[in-house]
Amino acid sequence: MSPAQSGSAPEPVSVTLSVNGQTHTLSLEPSVTLLDLLRERLHLTGSKKGCDQGQCGACTVLVDGRRVNSCLQLAVMKDGAEITTIEGLGTPDRLHPMQAAFIAHDAFQCGYCTPGQICSAVGMLGEGHAHGPEEIRELMSGNLCRCGAYTNIVDAIEDARRGREAPTLGTPSLEAAE
Amino acid sequence: MINFGYTRAATIGEAIQAVAGDPQARFIAGGTNLVDLMKYGVERPGRLVDITRLPLKHMEDTPGGGLKIGALVPNSDLAYDARVERDYPLLSSAILAGASAQLRNAATTGGNLLQRTRCYYFYDAAAPCNKREPGSGCSAIGGVTRVHAILGASSSCIATHPSDMCVALAALGATVHVEGPDGARTVAFEDFHRLPGDAPEKDNTLAHGEMVTAIELPAPRFGSNHSYLKLRDRLSYAFALVSVAAAVELDGDRIAEARVALGGVAHKPWRVPEAEALLKGETPSPDAFGKAADRLLEGAVGQGENDFKIELARRAVIRALSQAAAGTPQVQSNKIVN
Ligand SMILES: Cc1cc2nc3c(=O)[nH]c(=O)nc-3n(C[C@H](O)[C@H](O)[C@H](O)COP(=O)(O)OP(=O)(O)OC[C@H]3O[C@@H](n4cnc5c(N)ncnc54)[C@H](O)[C@@H]3O)c2cc1C
Ligand code: SF4
Ligand code: FES
Ligand code: FES
Repeated sequence: MSPAQSGSAPEPVSVTLSVNGQTHTLSLEPSVTLLDLLRERLHLTGSKKGCDQGQCGACTVLVDGRRVNSCLQLAVMKDGAEITTIEGLGTPDRLHPMQAAFIAHDAFQCGYCTPGQICSAVGMLGEGHAHGPEEIRELMSGNLCRCGAYTNIVDAIEDARRGREAPTLGTPSLEAAE
Repeated sequence: MINFGYTRAATIGEAIQAVAGDPQARFIAGGTNLVDLMKYGVERPGRLVDITRLPLKHMEDTPGGGLKIGALVPNSDLAYDARVERDYPLLSSAILAGASAQLRNAATTGGNLLQRTRCYYFYDAAAPCNKREPGSGCSAIGGVTRVHAILGASSSCIATHPSDMCVALAALGATVHVEGPDGARTVAFEDFHRLPGDAPEKDNTLAHGEMVTAIELPAPRFGSNHSYLKLRDRLSYAFALVSVAAAVELDGDRIAEARVALGGVAHKPWRVPEAEALLKGETPSPDAFGKAADRLLEGAVGQGENDFKIELARRAVIRALSQAAAGTPQVQSNKIVN
């Protein structure tokens, strides 16, 4: 433990974490949020900054498999963690089944909330407490969509949940990749 | 956000020492409240002491048949724990009524207790606020008061405690385990938070450097006779205007014991033992519940804009107690109030 001296210049802290399978060792000021680390330092701009206050869910990423609002996490506290962002879920030619389901169901308009919606939905299915549209709506309430694409978002997630093939895409079984 | 020092504590003692020895230092757990307030400049700690590596993530059965919950157990893990779902469903339900799934994943048991008010003026660093800046005045009095108190307020502060979880913990009669530079102690839940009086800057009775290490629940009772009813401006992901944690123990068709606590109405979860005592020996009925509600709300005063909360709370108490007595607790996913 370093000595606690208030008022002294904040010492940068060494942090090692894995982002989408790649290990990074960085020297960070304690005030850097996980979201700012991802966007500003690692240039992974898929995770969006909507409110920066935990109120919209656009910044949702998976930390050790659990969905959290990255805008309220201090990066220095995530030493040793495994982070997954939208960039780590799938690629344009190998979409994650949740991404495929969002496309198949036209589950977005402007797309700003979408990375957060998809990370959140993947996290939710991992949690295992959503058993139908009603619970999906409640357990996805932390992700706002200003375009109001909610109906299609719920349909896409329900489709992915059931492990059905996304109708218009020849993607492999949705269940397989969960 | 201003910059600050950072200490990753390896032991409970080290964490307590680091905060106790530095008036500007604060513990940080899930960060979902503290980081938010730091961005607004409402909280300006000189050093954060990260307690997330401490061994406070377990739940254990107590010899008395209760449950001890480590301060770092995430809100979501607590709500979905099989023992909690079975033995303390009121607690599960209250937690799931709060925040969002992402926030509950990060938020901790201890942090939930220590979360600060959602008074708009407290969040606005430019507005006078006795809680943020003692002696500067209260902008809420005479201002926008939709989320403010109707009970136990003072002329210095009319803020409410925003937690849902704490309302259930009050009704269940939990105990808070605390450790500080002078050793460990326990605090009855009703003595943990305080009323604002003339020191609204103090939300609770913890001293600087004292850490919440666990919450203990007494042996389970009430079975399925409970309900957490939360009323708010939208169906999910919003703080309570009024919430009620209700539980009853029935002896045949009579009430042997009733518990009822209110959230969103005061600086702490609001519980009045005399109101609960009125229900002993009564058969469940809207009339009996109404009398208990009146006693619970005795002395309630609105601030103008939030006058509606008094009648809303009365009706919510009757509804929640009816749900509890019928064994049909409020479901948190569909929000249809039966
Ligand atoms: C958009 C939004 C909506 C929300 N909606 C709701 C809601 O509807 N209902 C609800 O109940 N809550 C709601 N919350 C609040 C949420 O529940 C709290 O932010 C959370 O419980 C705080 O826990 P934490 O571990 O993140 O605390 P932190 O932010 O880490 O800490 C909060 C405070 O507690 C102190 N602290 C933390 N742990 C300890 C400890 N063990 N001992 C002593 N001090 C400690 C810290 O110093 C700090 O002062 C919402 C939050 C947000 C951002
Ligand atoms: S009600 Fe309390 S928290 Fe709100 S402005 Fe007044 S003093 Fe500050
Ligand atoms: S940017 Fe994090 S919740 Fe809005
Ligand atoms: S698609 Fe535009 S905000 Fe959701």
